[in-house]
Amino acid sequence: MAHFIDRRLNGKGKSTVNRQRFLRRYKEQIKKAVSDSINKRSVTDINSGEKIGISSRDISEPIFHTGKGGKRSIVHPGNDQFNTGDQIKRPDEGGGQGAGSNASDGGEGQDDFVFQISKDEYLDLLFEGLVLPNLQKNQQAKIVQYESYRAGFVSDGVPSNLDVVRSLKGSVARRIALTAGKKAELAKLHTQLAELLAGQIPDQIRIAQLKNDIEALEKAIARVPFIDTFDLRFRNYQKRPIPSSKAVMFCLMDVSGSMDQATKDKAKRFYILLYLFLSRTYKDVDVVYIHHHTQAKEVDEQEFFYSTETGGTIVSSALILMKDIIAQRYPSNEWNIYAAQASDGDNWTDDCTICTRLLQQNLLPVIRYFAYVEITNRPHQRLWYDYQKLTETHTNFAIKHIINVDDIYPVFRELFDLSVQQPQGVS
Amino acid sequence: MQKCQHTHTLNDGPDWTFELLTQYEQEIDRVAKLYGLDIYPNQIEIITAEHMMDAYASIGMPVNYAHWSYGKKFIQSEQHYRRGQMGLAYEIVINSDPCIAYLMEENTMTMQALVIAHACYGHNSFFKNNYLFKAWTDASSIINYLLFAKNYVTQCEQKYGVSEVENVLDSCHALMNFGVDRYKRPQKISLQKERERQQAREQHIQSQINDLWRTVPKSETKDHQDKQRFPAEPQENLLYFIEKNAPLLESWQRELVRIVRKTSQYFYPQKQTQVMNEGWACFWHYHILNHLYDERKVSDKFMLEFLHSHTNVVAQPAYNHPNYSGLNPYALGFNMFMDIKRICQSPTEEDKVWFPQIAGKDWLETVHFAMQNFKDESFISQFLSPKLMRDFKFFAIEDDERNSYLGVSAIHDESGYQAIREKLSAQYNLSNIEPNIQVYEVDSRGDRSLTLSYIPQQGIPLADSHHKVLQHLHHLWGFSVKLEQVDERGKRQLLATYPEQPLGSFEAP
Repeated sequence: MAHFIDRRLNGKGKSTVNRQRFLRRYKEQIKKAVSDSINKRSVTDINSGEKIGISSRDISEPIFHTGKGGKRSIVHPGNDQFNTGDQIKRPDEGGGQGAGSNASDGGEGQDDFVFQISKDEYLDLLFEGLVLPNLQKNQQAKIVQYESYRAGFVSDGVPSNLDVVRSLKGSVARRIALTAGKKAELAKLHTQLAELLAGQIPDQIRIAQLKNDIEALEKAIARVPFIDTFDLRFRNYQKRPIPSSKAVMFCLMDVSGSMDQATKDKAKRFYILLYLFLSRTYKDVDVVYIHHHTQAKEVDEQEFFYSTETGGTIVSSALILMKDIIAQRYPSNEWNIYAAQASDGDNWTDDCTICTRLLQQNLLPVIRYFAYVEITNRPHQRLWYDYQKLTETHTNFAIKHIINVDDIYPVFRELFDLSVQQPQGVS
Repeated sequence: MQKCQHTHTLNDGPDWTFELLTQYEQEIDRVAKLYGLDIYPNQIEIITAEHMMDAYASIGMPVNYAHWSYGKKFIQSEQHYRRGQMGLAYEIVINSDPCIAYLMEENTMTMQALVIAHACYGHNSFFKNNYLFKAWTDASSIINYLLFAKNYVTQCEQKYGVSEVENVLDSCHALMNFGVDRYKRPQKISLQKERERQQAREQHIQSQINDLWRTVPKSETKDHQDKQRFPAEPQENLLYFIEKNAPLLESWQRELVRIVRKTSQYFYPQKQTQVMNEGWACFWHYHILNHLYDERKVSDKFMLEFLHSHTNVVAQPAYNHPNYSGLNPYALGFNMFMDIKRICQSPTEEDKVWFPQIAGKDWLETVHFAMQNFKDESFISQFLSPKLMRDFKFFAIEDDERNSYLGVSAIHDESGYQAIREKLSAQYNLSNIEPNIQVYEVDSRGDRSLTLSYIPQQGIPLADSHHKVLQHLHHLWGFSVKLEQVDERGKRQLLATYPEQPLGSFEAP
């Protein structure tokens, strides 16, 4: 009478739409949590999702219910000591009704509604509405990679591309075309011959003539070849250009005495954002760390962010090193090059002209985007003003000023915000 | 190994197969019929843990409209499950015809058999025969209705935008517990029409009479007092009142209100019969599987595993036990039904005094009678025996905020039985648990404001959340809303208004 249904293989995401509704509704809170969370991440850590905590007060669903106070009577089981009329000290608040109130675990108060969002959801929220600038414009000019794709059949080609089925189809068609008329005639002659042979007095001359004709026709049919070069068909491949999916990100930072750890941390956050953002567009993203004081040096992530150096500042040393590395390892026709430079704005005054010239002549023409962030609460110095002039002539160059940690994410958004960029038809 | 000894013994797993499930189901069905269980046809679905969480999220229903709160619930239960703070239910059963039951694939064969007996025969027969379910829910149409609701909500979202729909649903959800008729019984359609006609006739006669009075000069003050109140009587079903009377709602919004109201109404009987429903289901899985064991249909191993689960389910920790979280409805319900059986089969002198009407009667008939005609509240006040109170060692605590101590008002002794029974019964009375809030008045000639009245019981105040709920109510009503508290002497005191107004300003003429 009952019947069983196996639903185990049914789709799992029945609640997905509800989950998305939830994320949509609390987007603002979640976004805030997301932008707070980037502080804790390593630059290249992009494969994890994020734990999001939003206040459970915000997501409560209010209903009418009774509050504390008044007079209540409750029946409990397991009486082991009480008698009618006993008076018991009121238990402490919270544990009152013996409800076994659970201690919250690991610092996540009961107050917070904590849940995990996936990597994709995380990045979607983080970079919602942002696009990479200049993407399409540069793409066409720098095509170097091709992929081949099938493009029908051709009658000429190398034997390894021979398509047997297609070729035999051609062969069959040709044979039918060349022999159909003869075969029909042959059949007619055969019936005539059979009629003559079945007749009372066979006409021997006529029979011989017919047999002759039949033989001739059969020979003609046999002469049509089973396969001909004309039948052969070859698979055709063509190449089409694909945009490079490789990107390299140069992180340039001043580590001279004037840059303290706090400033470096701010720079680090900016780099993390840029890295995450690039890794959404490109399959592989290389990161090159260059730090500099009066001399520039390529270092690893750890050293980049945590080494302490002293000395003066010559920004151009880093730009020169970057130029050399590009020339050696990252030819601009294969790589999409991005660079972010963080500095407190200090530079040896005469060096600024060199920097500008280097950027203008050597770097900006070959790279996709160069972002300069100045992390300082002092007035701008020469470097800023020189760079500012560059922004007027180069669309792939941008400078921004950061004072607090809180500025980083907004500044990053400003740099890549779709709505403030000129429409460029970026897909 | 089993084969050579008892050819009839069913394979006890531990892994289940569909073949085995069918065999067990047939045996259980056979035994259930012996005991006269009347059920909807069963539709048993095997699901995974993930599906179970999906089902949790959509209040256990196979289809439901999309709403963020279900997503929240899903995320919550997923988190709890992942962290191991919560085990998932072995089954979910839906009051529908055919009766849909979800079984978790992780269950062993024994558990599946237990769950089939529990859900597909216990709960199922309860759904079909209890008077509340019969009166309030239509099992055959619920799935179709939910499907309609889901499609309707989707259509509205496409037409009016997700946010618009969400706002209405949010507001309705806030008032969901007040979307049921507590006291009014549903009328048969024809009867209802009949009454409407009758009312129309009465109104006609009334208008004739009023006409006679028209010529009589009226005094100004009298008119003011006699001002016809709307609604004529307080309304307990807030959502129904809004659906029918909210001035600014568009028809699709009214339909959404109706959908939430209908869903709420559908679940209302379940809230009122938790102890009975679970007790009944436990009672029958216990009897059916024991019957199969007596027939040697199931093995000793099966029985031991079953008893282990069964005892866990009906365990009742004492008040001072770390795991205590109130009365376990499974324990109370199961033991009460077992106790009824005991009273019927071997009544003591005490039972004969307390339960003269059932002592020594046919137990099967009596438990069926109890299942069909009661809800938790009345079930307890009718059938809770002194023996059971002693077994549970019940005691009643009086918590009065005016005292600095808690008082023990009654314990499981001769003088306390009656009081404990009354108090426990009241504890399951939904109208004691949920605040009593009704639509009191609409200022239909003035600013169209809606006034609700809260009537506290035992001086228990309303929690602060009422401000937010009023906001939702205002969203539906469209004009200002007020909430008043009525004390014992009938004096009305304003609790809150939305939109906020300085106190006293609406006293102005």
